[in-house]
Amino acid sequence: MDKFETIKGLVAPLFQANIDTDQIIPKQFLTRIERTGYGAFLFNDWRLNSDGSPKPNFVLNDQRYAGASILVAGANFGCGSSREHAPWSLLDYGFRVVIAPSFGDIFFNNSLKNGLLPVRLDEKIVNRLVEDTQTIDGYSLTIDLENKTVADASGVIATFEIDEFRRYCLLNGLDDIGLTLQHEEKITAFESKAGR
Amino acid sequence: MKTLYDKIWDRHLVHAEVGKPSLLYIDLHLIHEVTSPQAFEGLRLAGRKLRRPDLTFGTIDHAIPTVNRNLPFKDPIAAQQVATLRENCREFGVKLYDLDRIEQGIIHVFGPEQGLTHPGMTIVCGDSHTSTHGAFGALAFGIGTSEVEHVFATQCLQQDRAKNFRINVEGELPFGVTSKDIILGIINEIGANGGVGHVIEYAGSTIRDLSMEGRMTVCNMSIEGGAKAGLIAPDDTTFEYVSGKPFAPKGEDWERAVANWKTLTTDDGSHFDKIVDIDAAALEPFVTWGTSPDMSVKVSDNVPDLSHARDENEVRSFERMYQYMGLEPSQPIDKINIDRAFIGSCTNSRIEDLRDAAKVVKGYNISNRVNAMVVPGSMQIKRQAEEEGLARIFIDAGFEWRDAGCSMCLAMNEDILQPGERCASTSNRNFEGRQGRGGRTHLVSPIMAAAAAITGHFVDVRNWKFKD
Repeated sequence: MDKFETIKGLVAPLFQANIDTDQIIPKQFLTRIERTGYGAFLFNDWRLNSDGSPKPNFVLNDQRYAGASILVAGANFGCGSSREHAPWSLLDYGFRVVIAPSFGDIFFNNSLKNGLLPVRLDEKIVNRLVEDTQTIDGYSLTIDLENKTVADASGVIATFEIDEFRRYCLLNGLDDIGLTLQHEEKITAFESKAGR
Repeated sequence: MKTLYDKIWDRHLVHAEVGKPSLLYIDLHLIHEVTSPQAFEGLRLAGRKLRRPDLTFGTIDHAIPTVNRNLPFKDPIAAQQVATLRENCREFGVKLYDLDRIEQGIIHVFGPEQGLTHPGMTIVCGDSHTSTHGAFGALAFGIGTSEVEHVFATQCLQQDRAKNFRINVEGELPFGVTSKDIILGIINEIGANGGVGHVIEYAGSTIRDLSMEGRMTVCNMSIEGGAKAGLIAPDDTTFEYVSGKPFAPKGEDWERAVANWKTLTTDDGSHFDKIVDIDAAALEPFVTWGTSPDMSVKVSDNVPDLSHARDENEVRSFERMYQYMGLEPSQPIDKINIDRAFIGSCTNSRIEDLRDAAKVVKGYNISNRVNAMVVPGSMQIKRQAEEEGLARIFIDAGFEWRDAGCSMCLAMNEDILQPGERCASTSNRNFEGRQGRGGRTHLVSPIMAAAAAITGHFVDVRNWKFKD
């Protein structure tokens, strides 16, 4: 996993509650056996017509948000299916951060394992961010994982909580499996003691 | 004093360190074709081996056709995915229950049916409905592909302890109200994110009185309430179900196992972070009307109008849902016509589901404007239903009788809704496009789906005229 650096980028609003992983990446793209190339299918049914042409009313097709790397969404973002294709597609499309009041547990976990940062912020702040993306042209945020801050042109507007260990892993691009394998002896001891 | 969840957690703790996630041992790893290929590839790229192929079991379910499974798949990419699973299982020594096996089925039907699922286990699978196995008092949850790879390599997962959430369901279930209605009612009550960060223990007399099939239906949809997992303490019903299954402990091992399983209960006075009480007598058959599983109403109710929305954000969601679902506010549920009926999925495709649905169907024909199908959860269930005469009842009524698979629950194969088609479905998710782009899904119990298939619209199955 690449190290997570401070991200400064354009913000796109997708403000609905309960955006599930079926919307983020519909099932017809899950038969592929690769880990890459899913950006083309991100929000497929919302973003594209059946003939592949863009739907003009969908927010990510709005030129104002072209090239956005930060997504602001409603509560329970990424609920539903465990498909890791969801963070893969967001990352491949160009997003590095998703800000929402809450996230589906599995999606949250999957995102951290891939260097996509899910930032939980209070609903009031999320509402304000959404408004700013709509009223301020080119509204951008800086997400500083080191200091756990979200800042716009006016300065720091929020701080966020994240598990210290996860933060450390993201900042250093550490491999989970490698870390667990440092406990190889303990795993083996557990297996023999528990008869597994 | 410990909850059931805490007990299972403690028994699987390999390593704990302040400020870091704990290392939890995994007893059973179930895999399927869709979420495993990238994990196997990851192992290969890192030059790692699969630590415990003997604790890893695979079957094929998500993207396979439910007719003509012996012919080459129409979808070459799905065919390649299945071929990849076969090669991976061969290379890494994982036992695979392939399409030619009677044991093959939906992974969460297959595991319990083969006796792989035992009380007190930790069970994971790259599928969110792994929560199903919680019905046995096993800590079971869905994981992503990176974690699948992690379990392959280490047989452990890095986990943070979840909070404890108890849901008590008390009283006798009214006639026509099923385990599906219990869980739809619960999700309606707690919301689609009500369980986030929690493991739910379902308790109370109503839960105790459920069969294992019913308990699996309840635990299956824990994830639809946002929970990490669902749990039901094991009891005689559980032991009886597991007993004699191919991978169940035998002889002295069985006695030892049961003695151990009997300790898997929540101690009196244990702390729960959240408690919800449900009165079974007040439940009715539920029908979802929106595109989130908490958007449901009792069959005697109407599609809610905007006065039921809690805030401005929900007003916007309601408006979006009316439009997507092609419904009007205040429309009576029994005035909603359907085009399709789907009885199947890891939620409701077990023998008891099929028996109940067949009782409703017996002596009737499905509406001539409805296309209906039954997709058994495993080939074993399919055979059993044929032997019991259930298949005949469905076929005579005009249902299609299919081979086992996930089918139209997620429509990765050709079982798919056309845009605008409306389906009474026994599956677990009514998300936009879940059963096909533009498709409209109403989640219901098997008997409600069966009754809707016959009348062509939703009806209150409590008033059904059974023909014997």
